[in-house]
Amino acid sequence: MERELEFERPVVEIERAIEKLKNSAAESKGDFSAQIAELEKKCEERKREIYDGLSPWQTVQVARHPKRPVLYDYITLMFKDFVELRGDRCYGDDRALIGGFATLDAQKAMLVGHSKGKNVEENVRRNFGMAKPEGYRKALRLMRLAEKFNVPILAFIDTAGAYPGLDAEQRGQAEAIARNLTEMAKIEVPIVAVVTGEGGSGGALGIGVADSVLMLSNAVYSVISPEGCASILWRDASFSARAAESLKITAKSLLSLGVIDEIIKEPVGGAHSNHKATASAIKSAVLKHLKKLIPLSPQKLVQRRFEKFSGMGKFTKG
Amino acid sequence: MGWFTKKSKEPAGKKLQQDEIWIRCQSCSAHVFKQDFLNNISVCPKCGWHGKLTAYERIGITLDSGTFKEMFETIRPCDPLRFVDGKGPYGEKAEQARTKTKLNESVVTGTGKINGLEVAVSVMDFRFLGGSLGSGTGEKILQAANYACDHRIPYIIFSASGGARMHEGILSLMQMAKTCAGVARLDDRRIPFISVLTDPTTGGVSASYAMVGDVNIAEPGALIGFAGRRVIEQTIKQKLPEDFQTAEFVLEHGFLDAIVHRREMKGTLHRILSYYNR
Repeated sequence: MERELEFERPVVEIERAIEKLKNSAAESKGDFSAQIAELEKKCEERKREIYDGLSPWQTVQVARHPKRPVLYDYITLMFKDFVELRGDRCYGDDRALIGGFATLDAQKAMLVGHSKGKNVEENVRRNFGMAKPEGYRKALRLMRLAEKFNVPILAFIDTAGAYPGLDAEQRGQAEAIARNLTEMAKIEVPIVAVVTGEGGSGGALGIGVADSVLMLSNAVYSVISPEGCASILWRDASFSARAAESLKITAKSLLSLGVIDEIIKEPVGGAHSNHKATASAIKSAVLKHLKKLIPLSPQKLVQRRFEKFSGMGKFTKG
Repeated sequence: MGWFTKKSKEPAGKKLQQDEIWIRCQSCSAHVFKQDFLNNISVCPKCGWHGKLTAYERIGITLDSGTFKEMFETIRPCDPLRFVDGKGPYGEKAEQARTKTKLNESVVTGTGKINGLEVAVSVMDFRFLGGSLGSGTGEKILQAANYACDHRIPYIIFSASGGARMHEGILSLMQMAKTCAGVARLDDRRIPFISVLTDPTTGGVSASYAMVGDVNIAEPGALIGFAGRRVIEQTIKQKLPEDFQTAEFVLEHGFLDAIVHRREMKGTLHRILSYYNR
């Protein structure tokens, strides 16, 4: 049985009813096309209602949806000629954060991104998209290569966070992320980042210092997971929904806080309901931003990026 | 009833006095005279454990007397998300921290001299909301970096922080990118940046400016790491070694240049900076 989210249930029920009618029609038990059309309309309406009114906590569920497109879906649906480049030249090759050359329409680029799996087996191999230091170091190596080849960088962000493990600490998880933040500030080619699912704290930001930061409408981006925040500040993980609300982690909140530049609208029913439409929406948004960034000189790009991140935050003075 | 009341009052009074006289070392559990401890720059005279210093205590033992000029001191937290947790609004917590510490933010910034060498410094103070990295903290660290950049003087940051200030949500995360952008400009202009990691330097602070010094120095025994011990134990389902995430552990794995006793810190900083030949 397919896994569905609690609040999606009404839609799933209608979809099942449509399926039944279609099967009956196929077995030539009559013509149900009028009923099917009506149910389909109803289904769309319900979907729109539900997805327009998602709470921040429900949005987290959508961002983590098991059927939400992962990096490999986007590679297949959006890009041509992906040439994967592996290894950090220090320790190993992280399967949770991958990258390589890729072509978007006619635009050649360097793609880096967190790579979640589509099933348990794949997720174990990819460490559920939680990168280790070697992942961040590989990403930096590829970004420098992009600079050498003079192609823009596209960073696809979808991670619960950088991996919290003994080996990651031993190999300098903190240093790897810090190095990327520092070096990305100096990269002399355009960088466009897209938060496609979960933007988990330093693990997300580690490839997220970009000239344009875009975000899918049901993605989330946060300093800490709602569960983590609830267990620290409320001392009770059951306050996750409250924490999700307080942390302001939705695309809409982030746009108003000046942290992201554009929201990419997902199809009705969320990205998982239509991978193709989601990929094409991302593609046109990315191309639009690249068109603005590519003409800028390297000095201008670096200056703009410095000013962008310098301006982040809110405080009182005087 | 008279003696009863009196008796119940007295131990409380005595206890308070005792707290003022004695201090218990967090490492060797020895009871030492508080004055001895303070005279020994908050280092346990028995075992050498380094206690925390306030920002101004740190400045006092690091910069030449009378040379510190504070900058950007009016920057203080606002409550951008109107964040309320189980214990109340962040705005109130921040005000309490200001009253308690008489600081406006978790970092004190300015310029001063180390044995005559002009430097810009940012010194974090753990007492202010756990030294957390908020928007004001990030702004001050960036502004001091910009000052160092414009005046071509070395920059030193003393870190003491649990990490990002989650009450400011994503804006606190962005301070990591913001401070690193400042440090990146120093690197670009070949101006030295020395990071001194004191107890504790973890989370978003270790994963930003604190780990990317041209030279990284830590105090003995300081807790330094990215993820919390508990989170890691839950993830990998095994107990971690005793010395895990200590300065000594981090040195052994190649992320520090040296561990330096507090008493030697000023001299070490001066020796390193004296090699700057530009």
